[in-house]
Amino acid sequence: MQQFLNLTTTGITFGVLYAAFALCLVLIFRATRIINFAQGAQAAFTTYLAYELVVERDQPYWVGFLVALVAGFLLGAFIERVVVRRVETGPEINAVIVTLGLFVALEALIGILFGQDFLGFPAPFDASSGFAVGDTQIAQTANDRYRILSVLVALGLLVALFRFTDVGLRLRAAAFGQEVARLLGVRVGRMLTLGWALAGLFGSLAGVLIAGGGFISPGFMQTSVIFGFVAAVLGGLDSFVGAIVGGLVLGLTQSYVAGYVDGDLVNMGALAVLLVVLLAKPGGLFSSSVARKV
Amino acid sequence: MLEVRDVVTTYGPVLALDGVSLSVPAGRITAVLGANGAGKTTLLRTVSGLVRPKAGAVELDGKDITRLPVEAMVQRGMAHVPEGRGVIAELTVAENLKLGGLFRKGAKDSEADEVYDLFPALRERRDRSAHTLSGGERQMLVVGRALLARPRVLLLDEPSLGLAPRVVAQIFGIVRDLVDRTGLAVLLVEQNAKSALSIADTGVVLNLGRVVATDSADALAADEQLRHAFLGF
Amino acid sequence: MTDTSEKASTKVTPAGGGSGGGALAALTRSRGLRHLALVLAAYVGIVLLLQLFGDFRDTQLATMAYFVPAAAGLTLLTGVNGQISLGHGALMAVGAYTTAAILDRADLTPFILVVLASVAAAAVVGLLVGVAAARLHGPYLAGATLALAVGLPGIAIYFGDLFGGEQGLRVRPPDPPAWFEDLAGGDLGRTYPALLGWALALSVLWFLSNLVTSRYGRQWRAVRDDEVAASLCGIDLGRARVLAFVVSAACAGVGGALLAVTSRLVAPTSVTLVLSLYLLTAIVLGGLGSLLGAVLGSAILAFLPTVLTNRALDSGLDSAAAANLAPMVFGLVLVVVMLAAPRGIVGTTRIALLSRKLKKQRAAALASRT
Repeated sequence: MQQFLNLTTTGITFGVLYAAFALCLVLIFRATRIINFAQGAQAAFTTYLAYELVVERDQPYWVGFLVALVAGFLLGAFIERVVVRRVETGPEINAVIVTLGLFVALEALIGILFGQDFLGFPAPFDASSGFAVGDTQIAQTANDRYRILSVLVALGLLVALFRFTDVGLRLRAAAFGQEVARLLGVRVGRMLTLGWALAGLFGSLAGVLIAGGGFISPGFMQTSVIFGFVAAVLGGLDSFVGAIVGGLVLGLTQSYVAGYVDGDLVNMGALAVLLVVLLAKPGGLFSSSVARKV
Repeated sequence: MLEVRDVVTTYGPVLALDGVSLSVPAGRITAVLGANGAGKTTLLRTVSGLVRPKAGAVELDGKDITRLPVEAMVQRGMAHVPEGRGVIAELTVAENLKLGGLFRKGAKDSEADEVYDLFPALRERRDRSAHTLSGGERQMLVVGRALLARPRVLLLDEPSLGLAPRVVAQIFGIVRDLVDRTGLAVLLVEQNAKSALSIADTGVVLNLGRVVATDSADALAADEQLRHAFLGF
Repeated sequence: MTDTSEKASTKVTPAGGGSGGGALAALTRSRGLRHLALVLAAYVGIVLLLQLFGDFRDTQLATMAYFVPAAAGLTLLTGVNGQISLGHGALMAVGAYTTAAILDRADLTPFILVVLASVAAAAVVGLLVGVAAARLHGPYLAGATLALAVGLPGIAIYFGDLFGGEQGLRVRPPDPPAWFEDLAGGDLGRTYPALLGWALALSVLWFLSNLVTSRYGRQWRAVRDDEVAASLCGIDLGRARVLAFVVSAACAGVGGALLAVTSRLVAPTSVTLVLSLYLLTAIVLGGLGSLLGAVLGSAILAFLPTVLTNRALDSGLDSAAAANLAPMVFGLVLVVVMLAAPRGIVGTTRIALLSRKLKKQRAAALASRT
């Protein structure tokens, strides 16, 4: 029973982090109909920048944190404007291949700049002790609470941006009705760049949170890419709520598979979940019933 | 107000507009008529900048706007309601309307009330997602949204498509009224030539990318030979 | 299948040529025979090359031999049938691990049977993935195959007893059969793995070239270009797609088997995601859908990474970091090619030649009118 509780707690923490990552993918997909396979590598790169500042140059954690977020924002914008813009129209397969190329190139760049070794990344809060509720031990650390809270706050801000601001309205218009939005005066190109920038920022947040209290290596976000992707697909690629639920499902799956079966089979577990869901409901569990009529 | 001069537009090897010229004066409704594929929609898309012409010019108040980016048109006072209506289905009615005024300096949220006064059906549905609207309601929404941009020129592409005659009459009536009261210039593309000519002042008939007739609406409606040949009634 | 012995015996006679007009006419008429002649000529060329080069180049040629079938299979799947796969590195792994596991236990088996077993294993996995994938497209398919690529090393580690865990399995390359040693003598003997590899690679190429021009190839292209039209013509979309997947997986299996005997080690680190990306880069750079492009891409895969890694080592990077230069360059190449010349080397050249021909024709037509 205790093991189940521990696994569930860990599963929820990681689930929230994967959900954050899935949200980035959904954000970009809704705006440009592209899956950004490079998202994980972008996040990893900015996390390494934070590492450089905090561990190698003795800066406070929060400086590194902030730099990672800003770098994520800028990197996302840069990639959209310079690379992805050219393949946004045209065959789907081209965009997929481009983001894959970026994925591999960025990860390799990290390896060149920082080496392949596992490096410890600091956590801003205690990452070792859980707490007790009566007789039961809950394996949730202060760091875990910080992670969950950060994602929720960031998510809240993002939703507020979309729902209640003019910029958010323009972003949504650009994502849902490009041509019409242009006719209404929306600078669609800029909105797409902004969308990628926001996704980059969010991804960097996820990266730093995942890294904190653990180890980083050039490929440390690979699992998140897979899991985030599967989570987003579970949610139908169009739904934020679906991405969150998907993230939690994946986090728990990872935890249970690692705990009850074997840590090495975790990725295949995700693949199995993906295939089972897609074979049953090709549009994802939460596929939007809004047909795009005009 | 709006001048189109010798515009030639191609889609790859296909010649869609072959030297089209027309005038859209203020306070008048100019109808562009013709069969499917005559180039009517292409004409509107060229005017609003969604498509660049190969040759020719589009002028607004004497200024050449041919190569302006689409996004700049709203600020110049041109609103284009595209074929298929252009409702953003994932947004609410209120949000769609808000988009209309977003790029006008000094736009206020309260202005949406003017649209709700014109189209009461929209008021009831203001917070509902636009995809729940019927065809007629959507057309009202996009016309209302276009009006919130306070345009001086309004481009309407086949507003009557798929709508019941009663609804078409209602919308056309509102447009005519606005034109008479405010001096709005309207370029109206319609396949339903009969309804269009009933509210238009001038008609321009296109066939295979060329203008075959330009005359007052009454004269065109009376010309049986022309009507049979190009307008289907 | 006695391909190897066939090739070994016919390679001493001149390819093509033969007995005058009748044979020559038959050759040029049948595309299959034309390709066969080409393949045999290529084999002769490779045998000569192996003689000329030293050990290191021989290894690189052998490396190219294991990329060729995998790349060719992938270009068929992605270029001809339009299904993108990031999992072909994993399919190669299936072939490689099968070969390694069998040879680990019974090295008396004639090698060709080991290859067949690897092909079968890869084909089975390909069938499973292909069935699941038949309903997916574009990014969904990419993501699913990505998960396969990232997840497969984990399975190899999990079944550590069978597959050697983290360390992997050592592979003893097969000994040349007796008749070969008699025929070729000691010198050629050391190049046996490369000769074997190329015999298999060229066989796969010949097989695919016929398949691509057959009605299967036409069906695959139809499914890629317009699903609705294809199914209206009576083509079973699912079956066509699954078949393409299985064939390309089988080819990857051949590549994997050859990878096992050439690298002499199969470990989780030899079949990472980077391998899948390398294959993709090879076929994109060469030209999607072109077998010639796959061969060109394989050549680049075989020769370029070493150059890059050495360059990186020379400039002072440690070996782990230096090993990253090649993937970085390949990733960037992939991006640049997609942006600048998405048709790859073969595709762009073909278009350039065609348009030059058209221009000449137009000029000639114009001239003859005036």
